[in-house]
Amino acid sequence: MSSESSDAGAQWERFEPRERLLRYLVTLGALVVLAASWRAMDINYGYVASAPQEVMDLFTRMYPPNVMYTREIARPLLETINISILGTALAIVMALPVAFLSASNTTPNRATYLLGKFIVSFTRSVNVIIWALIFVAVFGPGALAGVLAIAVRSVGFTAKLLGEAIEEIDPGEVEAIRATGASTLQTFIYGIVPQIKPAFISVATFRWDINVRASTIIGFVGAGGIGVALQTNINYFKWDAVLTILIAILGIVLVSEGVSAYLRRKVS
Amino acid sequence: MLTVNDIKKVYDSGDQALKGLSMEVSGNEIVSIIGPSGAGKSTLIRCINRLTEPSSGEVWLGDTEITALSSKELRKARRDMGLIHQEFNLVERLTVMENVLSGRLGYMSTLDAFRRNFDSEDIAKARAVLRRVGLEGVENDRADELSGGQRQRVGIARAVIQRPKILLVDEPTSALDPETSIEVMDLLTEIAREDDIPVLINIHEVDLATEYADRVVGLSDGELVFEGDADELDERAKDIIYRDGQSREERDAAKAEQQASAGE
Amino acid sequence: MATRSDVADGEWERPTAFYNRTTKYLVYTAVVAFVLYSLWSIGIPIDRFRRGIGAGIDLVSNMLPPALTPVQFELMVQGIVESILMSIVATTLGIIVSAPVAFMAANNLAPRPVYFVGRGIIAVSRSFHELIVAIVMVKAVGFGPLAGVLALGFKTVGFFAKLLSEEIEDIDTGQMQAIEAVGGSRMQVYLYSVLPQIVPRIIGLSIYRLDINLRHSTVVGIVGAGGIGITLLNSFQKYDFQYSSMIILVIVGIVMIGEAASAYARRRVQ
Repeated sequence: MSSESSDAGAQWERFEPRERLLRYLVTLGALVVLAASWRAMDINYGYVASAPQEVMDLFTRMYPPNVMYTREIARPLLETINISILGTALAIVMALPVAFLSASNTTPNRATYLLGKFIVSFTRSVNVIIWALIFVAVFGPGALAGVLAIAVRSVGFTAKLLGEAIEEIDPGEVEAIRATGASTLQTFIYGIVPQIKPAFISVATFRWDINVRASTIIGFVGAGGIGVALQTNINYFKWDAVLTILIAILGIVLVSEGVSAYLRRKVS
Repeated sequence: MLTVNDIKKVYDSGDQALKGLSMEVSGNEIVSIIGPSGAGKSTLIRCINRLTEPSSGEVWLGDTEITALSSKELRKARRDMGLIHQEFNLVERLTVMENVLSGRLGYMSTLDAFRRNFDSEDIAKARAVLRRVGLEGVENDRADELSGGQRQRVGIARAVIQRPKILLVDEPTSALDPETSIEVMDLLTEIAREDDIPVLINIHEVDLATEYADRVVGLSDGELVFEGDADELDERAKDIIYRDGQSREERDAAKAEQQASAGE
Repeated sequence: MATRSDVADGEWERPTAFYNRTTKYLVYTAVVAFVLYSLWSIGIPIDRFRRGIGAGIDLVSNMLPPALTPVQFELMVQGIVESILMSIVATTLGIIVSAPVAFMAANNLAPRPVYFVGRGIIAVSRSFHELIVAIVMVKAVGFGPLAGVLALGFKTVGFFAKLLSEEIEDIDTGQMQAIEAVGGSRMQVYLYSVLPQIVPRIIGLSIYRLDINLRHSTVVGIVGAGGIGITLLNSFQKYDFQYSSMIILVIVGIVMIGEAASAYARRRVQ
C-alpha cells in the first residue's frame, strides 16, 4: 500500500491515471449516446417545454374525482381481480410440469431440460399486452383472452422460481421417508411437498400481486377488466371519471400488495 | 437374523465400493462397522435396505431375501428395518410429531397419510417414544427448531416407532459434538436392548465403536478385513483395517523413505 | 410441561398456521369459492373456447413463417430504434429526478412531511402499470416518443427512488458523523459520506433499470407512446400476422439480448 510514498507525499489521487482516463471515457461515451438519443428521437421540442404544464393541466381537469362513477366501476374492478386470480391459478397449473422439466434434478433428460428452459425464457420475454393482443385475435375480446394472456405470461416466471425451489430439495429427507417403507406417493407427500410448499405459496402470491397490476391494462387491447373503462373514459375526455378509476386501481394494487406481502411473511 | 452374502457394489462411475462382502448380525447384538472413509461402510448399510441397489449378492432378513423382492414387497420389508441417518434427515418443515409418525407410513393408506389421520395407538406410542428419548413437550415444534442432538433423538424415535426387527445406523454421531455423541449412543443402545433388537452401526470413531459394540467388523477398500469381539480389536487389527497391515511405525518409515527418494 | 392431562394420549392434531382448524377450512373454502365465483362471473362460453382453439391454430399457421416487405422492414427498424432511444433517455431522466425523491423518502435524512411526500410519489409510481402512465401521458403531451419517455421516466423514478432511499437509510451514520465532526457543511456531508457509499449500487441499478425500460419501451407504443409497439398493433389490426410474428420475434430477441448484456455489465461493475 505505501510502496509509492517516495515521490510527492503531499499528492494523492483516488485513481491511477489509466483508470481515471477510462472512467472519463466511459462517462463521456454515455453522455454522447444520451445526447445522440435525445436528438435522434425526433421530438417536437415545443411540446417538451409545455409538457409539465400539460400534465398539471390534466390533473386540474381530473380533480375532483367523480364519486358517482364509483358504482359503475365496481363490476369491472371485480372482473380485474377475477382475471388476476384465474390467470395466476391457470399459470400455476401450467407451470408445474414446466418447473419439473426445468429443474436439473427432476428433468428426464437434456432435451427436456432445454425445452423447459426455452418455455421459461420465451413466455417471460413477451410482454403481457402482446399476449393479450394474440389471445384477443384468437378468442375475441373479453375476459377469457385476458385470463389466458396473464396465465401464459406468468408461466415462465412461476416455473423458473418453482424449478429453483425443486432444485434445492434435500434428497436426504426424501430418502429418509422412503427408508421407512413409504410408497412413492406417500414419499412425495411427506418428503417433497413440505420442502416446496413455502416456495410454492410465496411464488403464487407474489405473481398474483404482479398480475393484479397487469390485469388493469390488458383492457387497452380489449382483453377485459378495468382497462376497458379507463380507455373509454380517456377517449371521451371524462377526466373526473378517469381519476376515480385511477384511485380505484391504486386501491386494489395497494391492497393486493399488502395481502401478498402478509402471506409471504406468514410462510417463510 | 440379518445375513449378507457376497455382496458387491460397482457404481456407475466404475468405483468398486463393495467387493464381495459377507457378514451376519444375529440375536440382539450390537455390531459396529469401522474402517477408513471410502471403505464402503455407508454403501453397505444402504445396500441392506436397498436405498442403494447392490450389483450382486444376497441380503437376507430372517426368511426374506431382501435382494429378491419386487419394489412393492421391498416397501413392506423396509418397515422392518429402522434406519438412522448421518445428517438426521428429518423433514425440516414438518413438526416433530409428523416426523416421528412418518415411521408408520408403511402401515397407512395414502389418503390417511395425506390427511394426517394417524392411528391413535400410533400417536400414543409416538408420545411414549418421545418421552423415552427425552423430548416430551416438543411434539408441535418444527424439526428445524431443534438442536443437532435433539434432531438425532427424533431420528431415533422415527426408526423405533417402526417397531423394526433391526436398526441400521449410518454414522449417527458425525454431525454431533463429542458429548452429545455419547448421549445419543447411550440412548440408541439402551433402546435397542429394551426392544431386544440387533443394531448394525456404521461409525468412524473407533473408541465409540469398541465401547458400545459387542462385535466389530472392519472394512477396508470394500472388503471385510476384520471380524471379532470388541476387545479383540488390538493394534494389529487396526493396522490391518486402516493401514493395509502396516503398523504405524512401518508406515511412517515407508513414507519417510519415499520422501527421501523423491527428494534426491 | 408435565401437566398435559387435558390432551388424550392417543390424540394429536397438527398445529395450523391459522387460529384453529375451523378457521383453516373456512379460509380454504372461501378461497376455492372465490375462484369458482371468478370462473363463473367472467363467463367463459364453452363453444367460443372450442372455436378459439381452431382460431388459434389458424392464427399460428397464418403467423408462419414470419415475413415482411422492405417497407415494413424499414418501419420496424425505425420503431425498434425509437424504442431503444426512448429507454436510454427515460432511464437517464428518471435517475436524475429520482435522486432528490430518494433523499426525500429516506427517513433518516428527511423531515417527516417531506418524507411522506417522497413515499407518496414512490407509491403512486410503483402502483400504476407503465401502460396506464403511458396512456395518460399520451393525452397530456400528444402521441409519440415524448409520452413514452415521460411514462418510462416516471416509472423509473418510483423504482429507483425506492431502492436508493433504502440504500440511504442503510448507510453507516458513523461515517456521516465523522465528516460532520470535522466541520463539514450539509452538502459536504452528502458528498463525502453518503455518495461514496451508494455509487456502486447506483450504477448496477441503472443498468438493471435500463434493461427493464427497454422491455417496456417495446410495448408503450400500443397506447400511442412511441416505439415499435404501434407498428405491432397496426399489424394485428390489419390481420398481417406474418408481420406481427416477425415483430414479436425481433422484440423477444432484443429483450433477451438486453437481459444478457445487462447481466454481463452488472457483473463487471460489481
